[in-house]
Amino acid sequence: MSQTTTSVNEEGTMEFRSKPDFFRVLCWVASAATVATLAWIVYTILQQAFPAIQKFGFDFISSSAWVPNREKYGVLPFIIGTAVSSLIALLFACPLGLAIAIFLSEDFLPPAVRQTVRFVVELLAAIPSVVYGLWGIFVVIPMMQEFGKWAVPAFTQTWVTKGLNGAPDTYQGIPILKDIFAGPAYGNSLLTASVVLALMILPTVTAISRGALVAVPKTLREGAYALGATRWEAIFGVILPTAAPGVVAANILALGRAMGETMAVAMLIGNSSRLTSSLLAPSGTLAGLLANQFGEAEGLQVNSLMYAALLLVILTLGVNMAGEAILRYTQKRTAGIR
Amino acid sequence: MKITSLLTLGTLAASAFLAASATAQQISGAGATFPAPLYQRWGVEYNKLHPAVQVNYQSVGSGAGVKNFTAGVVDFGASDAAMSDAEIAKVAKGVVLIPATAGEIVYAYNLPGVPKLNLSREAMAGIYLGKVTKWDDAAIAKDNPGVTLPNLPIQVAYRADGSGTTFVFTQHLSAISKDFADQVGTDKSVTFPVGVGGKGNEGVTALVKQSPGAVGYVEYGYAKNNGIAMASLQNKSGNFVAPDIESAAATLANVQFPENLRVWPVDPEGAKDYPIVSFTWLLLYKKYDDAAKLKALKDFVTWGLTDGQKLSEELGYVPLPAPVVEKAKAALATVQ
Repeated sequence: MSQTTTSVNEEGTMEFRSKPDFFRVLCWVASAATVATLAWIVYTILQQAFPAIQKFGFDFISSSAWVPNREKYGVLPFIIGTAVSSLIALLFACPLGLAIAIFLSEDFLPPAVRQTVRFVVELLAAIPSVVYGLWGIFVVIPMMQEFGKWAVPAFTQTWVTKGLNGAPDTYQGIPILKDIFAGPAYGNSLLTASVVLALMILPTVTAISRGALVAVPKTLREGAYALGATRWEAIFGVILPTAAPGVVAANILALGRAMGETMAVAMLIGNSSRLTSSLLAPSGTLAGLLANQFGEAEGLQVNSLMYAALLLVILTLGVNMAGEAILRYTQKRTAGIR
Repeated sequence: MKITSLLTLGTLAASAFLAASATAQQISGAGATFPAPLYQRWGVEYNKLHPAVQVNYQSVGSGAGVKNFTAGVVDFGASDAAMSDAEIAKVAKGVVLIPATAGEIVYAYNLPGVPKLNLSREAMAGIYLGKVTKWDDAAIAKDNPGVTLPNLPIQVAYRADGSGTTFVFTQHLSAISKDFADQVGTDKSVTFPVGVGGKGNEGVTALVKQSPGAVGYVEYGYAKNNGIAMASLQNKSGNFVAPDIESAAATLANVQFPENLRVWPVDPEGAKDYPIVSFTWLLLYKKYDDAAKLKALKDFVTWGLTDGQKLSEELGYVPLPAPVVEKAKAALATVQ
């Protein structure tokens, strides 16, 4: 069609197109292999889990007894432990990570200092999980023991206040808090694991949020300032809402990472299968259960562990898919202001 | 010409190298993590004496060790739980169980100001059933006259990972307490009604070391190397016995071996016997096809049963008493 190309060039193009496009083939093979591997993994797990699925069915999820020597397997405490520890970790990491991301994406600091801080935060992602676990044992656990010594009596003691007509009112501890911080306060607890998890997912939250904030078009910032917005008004009114899809994606990815985290959690959470409302009590996660018991498991225990692995895969895939969906929805919503 | 001579030289060198590697006998083993430091040390020391033999032991866990051994991918296996009759039946070449070393399991505790502690059989089970919850509970206090026990809650620590240590420990508690047998039972991983789970002996050791008021069951070597206090336990004849190499050896010397050498002193009866002691076994095939490998393996295990026992104590294991070594050697002789 094009009149400007010479005939030699056109022939060359034709000759090139007649051959298979190896780059294209390579890309296809690579992406197909990725999808196939995921399918293969899920298939293998499903196959191994099948005897347990057949035997326990839905009871596996709703039962809270994990007793290998009595062949009773239920993972409810581990599902709750996985969800709660990851959500609390995100509760700590989200505001902190977002604050760091804002700090690093605006010109609060000279570029050299900003780069250094950014590098250090991202370096947190390079620390091996087992090192976080050891650090947790020697630093976070003693801190939690001290916190427990203060929190348990503070929230569970009996309070006496002056009632309306002078008669004293007594409260048996502070409602809700006295359950969440019920003793005895072990060092290895759900809260300990969550605190370390929060640190582990901080780089994920920070790096991706920062990327989204930096990508906000310059015209938008300048427009906001031109209309007389202060820096904080510009950040909270314009920049953050525009970057929202990226920030949400950052948090979802971080949640996924927290749910799958194994070694550090297994070292810190106390690995108990008892259901409790207290954050200071030991708990367990699906990933930790697998890491602990797979090596010496036999027979139905292997099948049950595979069933637990299947649930973990479903949970993490579900979280990532939900993240993708939220990302697309918010992208559509904010498309107008880009 | 030059090129040809170079080639010849190269070929010669290559064949010499091949010949050298062919004479080096590789022996591979896999199994229990508990005796792994000892077996690996045996491998290193034996290699110094006999450079032609290389022993490679992978510490993958007793269960995995039995699986690898049954599948025939290793030359020998190792297991804290030996092998069950059903497992032995699956091995076509036949199995010889050889007790290789022994360990004792201790109640390691962290009570500032209480260097010595006696635990009765009732207290031992009660702590792990969540019935005895304070250190000054009457069940503990009555056996410790003159000791000021603090009014601290007992923080129980257990192994969260499946382990032969848990198997031997729960086996003993099930034998001495019917309640324990009913509520918890015996296995490599069980569910205790109280406490915190640590990963591995080192995980439980760290838990105990860090929390005043904590108690946990670990292998003797771990408690000793970390300087943690160990309780004296009441044995079947009613005496309180402190855990050390002598009391464990007393238990082992009284063990009556069946023909297959698979035995646990579940509840030893001797007056000076420490109550929770266990062997750990090497798993060998009855027949080996490769004569050179068979000889190297037999020599290595014989060395381990004799000179190798001297390394036990410094690594926290209990050396096998002489009569046990003789029985193990006799079993080894049946391997062909």
